[in-house]
Amino acid sequence: MSAREEILGRIRAALAPHPASGTAAASDVPREYHTRSDDGIDTFIERLHHYQARTHRTPAGELDEAVRAILDDRGVRRMAVPEGLPDAWIERLDPLRDDPPLDAHTLDQADGVITTCTVAIAQSGTIILDGGPGMGRRILSLVPDYHLCVVRAEQLVGSLPEAIEKLEPTRPLTFISGPSATVDIEMVRVRGVHGPRTLEVILAE
Amino acid sequence: MSSGETIWTDDPPFPENARKALTDSQLRRNLRKATTTIRERRNGLIGEMADWQELRAAGAAIKDDVLSNVERYLEQFEQAATAHGAQVHWARDADEANSIVASLIEATGEREVIKVKSMATQEIGLVPALARRGIDAYETDLAEMIVQLGHDRPSHIVVPAIHKNRAEIREIFLREMDDAPPDLTDDPQALAEAARRHLRRKFFESKVAISGANFAIAESGSLLVSESEGNGRMCLTLPRTLISVVGIEKLIPTFRDLEVFLQLLPRSATGERMNPYNTVWTGVTPGDGPQEVHIVLLDNGRTNVLRDEIGRQALRCIRCAACLNVCPVYERTGGHAYGATYPGPIGAVLTPQLVGVEHASKLPFASTLCGYCYEVCPVKIDIPTVLVKLRHDVVRAQRHPAEAALFAAAGKAMKGRRRWTQALRLAPLMRFVRRGGPPPLSRWTDVRDLPEPPRRSFRDWWVKEHEQR
Amino acid sequence: MARRVALFATCLIDALFPDAGRATVELLERLGQPVEFPLEQTCCGQMHANSGYFEADLVRRYVDIFDPYDAVVVPSGSCAGAIRHQHPMIARAAGDEALAARAEATADKTYELSQFLIDVLGTDDVGAYFPHRVTYHPTCHSLRMLGVGDRPLRLLRNVRGIDLVELPRWDECCGFGGTFAVKNVDTSAAMLADKMEAVIETGAEVLCAGDRSCLMHIGGGLGRIRAGIRTLHLAEILASAEAA
Repeated sequence: MSAREEILGRIRAALAPHPASGTAAASDVPREYHTRSDDGIDTFIERLHHYQARTHRTPAGELDEAVRAILDDRGVRRMAVPEGLPDAWIERLDPLRDDPPLDAHTLDQADGVITTCTVAIAQSGTIILDGGPGMGRRILSLVPDYHLCVVRAEQLVGSLPEAIEKLEPTRPLTFISGPSATVDIEMVRVRGVHGPRTLEVILAE
Repeated sequence: MSSGETIWTDDPPFPENARKALTDSQLRRNLRKATTTIRERRNGLIGEMADWQELRAAGAAIKDDVLSNVERYLEQFEQAATAHGAQVHWARDADEANSIVASLIEATGEREVIKVKSMATQEIGLVPALARRGIDAYETDLAEMIVQLGHDRPSHIVVPAIHKNRAEIREIFLREMDDAPPDLTDDPQALAEAARRHLRRKFFESKVAISGANFAIAESGSLLVSESEGNGRMCLTLPRTLISVVGIEKLIPTFRDLEVFLQLLPRSATGERMNPYNTVWTGVTPGDGPQEVHIVLLDNGRTNVLRDEIGRQALRCIRCAACLNVCPVYERTGGHAYGATYPGPIGAVLTPQLVGVEHASKLPFASTLCGYCYEVCPVKIDIPTVLVKLRHDVVRAQRHPAEAALFAAAGKAMKGRRRWTQALRLAPLMRFVRRGGPPPLSRWTDVRDLPEPPRRSFRDWWVKEHEQR
Repeated sequence: MARRVALFATCLIDALFPDAGRATVELLERLGQPVEFPLEQTCCGQMHANSGYFEADLVRRYVDIFDPYDAVVVPSGSCAGAIRHQHPMIARAAGDEALAARAEATADKTYELSQFLIDVLGTDDVGAYFPHRVTYHPTCHSLRMLGVGDRPLRLLRNVRGIDLVELPRWDECCGFGGTFAVKNVDTSAAMLADKMEAVIETGAEVLCAGDRSCLMHIGGGLGRIRAGIRTLHLAEILASAEAA
């Protein structure tokens, strides 16, 4: 018998004498928790600060200039840029385009990466990337030590259930809540291990 | 039960391990400090969630649905994952899982692999099993790396090196890490930086990674890994081949169900509204991430657990370790005393069911039944009730004649008014053994006085006052 | 029609701590609620169950004796918790569904003392007088298995003359746990040491709780080190009144 058949057989045998204890079907799941939240931009910014991320707010009409200013201030030029970013953001850069695909060593030498996101969550200060235009392959937002993420106010939702609703499960998804961190030493959260140690978020409203 | 290197044990039994651990003042201090920190952080965050109880109820119900219909969900998951280019393997036990993983690695021609922290791979003893086949597996989670470098064992589900403090970790790094800076301090930031530098090249050059998964989504065939450091993202993104070992109870029916579990898990596990990184992947994404994706679905005793109507709720567990962080026993003994992969209250209910109560007969008794674990469990596992049920199983599986006789005698006295009244008249004899006495009495009197026995029982007073007036 | 209320004294109080039982009776009588003490009662079976020995006979005995009453008062959170949460399971383990159903019904009208006073009698001021410095340990089964909440503290706060001080780390288990205290004596002793330290820190002369079992453990430890702190059941403080 194959392992598959044997395991499925064990399951049937295990459940046969006492089937369906507790919830028997998905339709029985009580979903009385909140699926909406009024949390908005202020909460989002506060949560990002809590994670030691840097934040900026800018009117949507001044976004291009704001992005350029932030990059100038940091003095970064060799930025990884996924396909689909507005040219206006990268015109003063020496961009690393992902075509042909960039390798980890090259990205490790980059000054950083700029991406957009597909949705962001106020309540937990989370940005979510799904590999679409402006976000690119997962490696791009992982290896560089600095990540600038542009969030548009209309992409911001209050709570996790509102975000889940907008996502396509089979795309490669990365939920990012602050810079890389660890609590492995005495349960103290310290910033910065393997992922980008600096996360900067610019919110266009 | 099949092996791995994992220690399933009554040898030495929990009380003896605990006695040793209790004398380690450094361990006691490290544990108290860390568990107090995480407990306070968790409690603060739960306080701001008006719908926490509703989320717990949903989490428990979703997992119960999975357990009741696990066959259907497994088939659904397999089909969806396969449709997206993953190769699904099934493993009856630890040996089979280890051998599948080793063969998959050998087929790539690689001898070194990187690993994301995973309880399932700890449970099956994957790293030592690979070592026996000549494959080096490097743990990349900071705490797992500390444990691996220190030739130690994990003592906590979420924070495996919780028993070590910063000074001890610095020593391990200086001793075992070839590229540790000689002027390394014990500042956690500096230690994290050393880990970053140590592993960076490995991440970039490894062709194969191994992971577990926090959730396996049946409808889409997706897996999710929750982590903090980015080592998980490195392993899940950079190598060509990714092999994930997933217990069959990790399933959730739908992607939507994440809206429950990604609220419950980070708050319970690390006391954060959200952990820094969650990665979701479904089979192979052309051009992005591993192009060869394997999933090993693991039984290894889980179907045993499923057999027990009361005990099966332990399979709801999402490995947040909140029960460890609040457990007064765990806080004092640490995780090693439990002698198994899963320590603390959840370990005390899971391990005996996975391996059979006869192999872990002391664990169900390693609790005062104080109930704090149940109170914090995000999926409402009634750990005290399962413990009591397992104690019953232990007593039936291996009779302890002296103890059984004692309880039988007490039971007999309690089943008749005359016998009980007579037994109570013996209470004044206790006067002579308030201190000292033979075992098992001495295990009480070694540290506590017995109470001064009363002149007469309550019922004798009652009869005199109420029945005879 | 007058409510018929039975006292389930618990085996421990019956055998070793009659004062707590006596105080319960006197307190309830003072509040105009007489209780009966069915002499057939012995033990709820918790000690057996928590050690792995399921005694369905003791469950049946409890149900048979107390089913006829309108309510049962138990001066122990732990035993009341066992009656509510373990009895049906023990009956089911013995394959006796009918007993499980009866056990559930009897459990529904079984109350721990502070629950009975506040939820049934509707009072949180029992007119007690106790001019001493007291700290209260909310035993785990009262707190978590039974969920008595702050009922005992509400009752204590209304006691005249009392100097009630909060116990540091009050929600932490004392390490008793029934046979845990002997099966895992070292861990139990470590937890006891921390609990005693907290009690001593309060400067209280009396440690109060709703369970004589935990008090036997903590009190036994305090006695061993001659801490000079006595232990009293909640009922004993609530039954104290100013001399008329």
